[in-house]
Amino acid sequence: MTQLKQRLVQLEVLRYDPEKDTEPHFQKYEVMCPEEWVVLDALNAVKETIDPTLAYRWSCHMAVCGSCGMMVNGEPKLSCHAFLRDYVGMVIRVEPLANFPIERDLVTVADDFIDKLKRVKPYLIPKDPKPIEQGEYKQTPAQLMKYRQFSMCINCMLCYAACPEYALQPKFIGPAAITLAHRYNQDSRDGGRDERQEVIATNEGVWECSFVGACSEVCPKAVDPAGALQQVKVASTIDWFKEHLLPGGSK
Amino acid sequence: MAKSNKPIFWSLFAAGGTLAAFLAPVLALLFLMVAMGHAPALFSYANLHAFAAHWLGKAFLLGVITLFLWHAAHRLRVTLHDFGLRQDAVVAVVVYTVAAIGTGLSVLYLLRI
Amino acid sequence: MSRKPFVRPVSKTGWWLKHPRYMRYMSREVTCVFIGAFALLMLCTLERLSKGPEAYASFIAAIQGPLSVLGLLLVLIFAVHNATSWFNVTPKALPVQIGEEFLAGKYIIGAHYAVWIVASLVVLLLAGVI
Repeated sequence: MTQLKQRLVQLEVLRYDPEKDTEPHFQKYEVMCPEEWVVLDALNAVKETIDPTLAYRWSCHMAVCGSCGMMVNGEPKLSCHAFLRDYVGMVIRVEPLANFPIERDLVTVADDFIDKLKRVKPYLIPKDPKPIEQGEYKQTPAQLMKYRQFSMCINCMLCYAACPEYALQPKFIGPAAITLAHRYNQDSRDGGRDERQEVIATNEGVWECSFVGACSEVCPKAVDPAGALQQVKVASTIDWFKEHLLPGGSK
Repeated sequence: MAKSNKPIFWSLFAAGGTLAAFLAPVLALLFLMVAMGHAPALFSYANLHAFAAHWLGKAFLLGVITLFLWHAAHRLRVTLHDFGLRQDAVVAVVVYTVAAIGTGLSVLYLLRI
Repeated sequence: MSRKPFVRPVSKTGWWLKHPRYMRYMSREVTCVFIGAFALLMLCTLERLSKGPEAYASFIAAIQGPLSVLGLLLVLIFAVHNATSWFNVTPKALPVQIGEEFLAGKYIIGAHYAVWIVASLVVLLLAGVI
């Protein structure tokens, strides 16, 4: 087997120990890495050979679980998806995902994100419920395509780290949660749109969004949350006109 | 939390933004030509007055001026928010009032022509 | 073990300076200042027009000169920036599904540019420029 080409990688990692520190501080590490490694591999090498106290989340190492989100040189990335070959000749600065409180080192407090996912009722509320004996809910491929892209979210929170409106207004429900609501609203089997609108057609919901578009730029699964949120704005605006201009005030 | 009333302002912003996207560059070019001393034929008093006197001209001018104003008002509200001016309710009242006054004045002036 | 989560402060005024992506966003948003100012200029033109030939003539004379040229040049630049950024995002807000496929964004954007060119030519024609 040929020897893999190695390179000395310099990392600057934000550390924070809640029991000892009053505020976070950077710590430098140097580690030899094969050139095709990702940032996550470098962190694992640091943890295994230099500093076992370094804390961070990771799991699948293949950009499907959404666990390893971090800021790499100021950009929200999955550390398993940030290739060392893209950072040659520079110090790699690793920080916890922006806009979330730091629990410890690179581990953030994700509670706010989880709460918001729950608030949008991210489950099928059948339009015409029927018992199992009457068979499946059927859906054509065209109906599936209407929401499929928005179902690809892996809940990695990179979009929340990129969104300046979430940074400025932590009550903002945010890109992933509203996109998830849209995913169900667009599902032909679903009848729960009115319930979800009560949550997302609010000032803390889609109307905090100003279409910066950073969320879609950083999304590792090409979900395009920015597009989803604009579509929610259009639909909510049509609702508003129906509610306020039509007699009876309902759709 | 209650549903937002932003949709009405957002739809004006979107309509105005679309109109501005298509028309603002060429209209700005016309005024630029005036500023450079090469006013287009339309800008003679007789021609412009005739244009504004016709109901189609009135509709065009009213649409362009008012929708540009409402587009700018809503976007300015959001932009000031982004620049750190966080008293959104106050800003909203100010910008929308200016747009409303502009709308009223447009109607007034067009009726005089 | 005790928890003491640390919240990193974010500058409410300077956050957009931290990344080129945010600066591009702000450049798009501030086009509204120029669109709004231009609308007010058109409103003034209308008012002067309604006051008669002398009022109108002195207004036209007043808006000539280097300061006006600079100001209107800025309006033109930001108006074009608004147009291009607006067209580029339209397919995201209004996707067109045909069967199982979505119409590629480039057709929607291309159609907008075509309308833009045609509308501009029509206005230039009506204004007597061409």
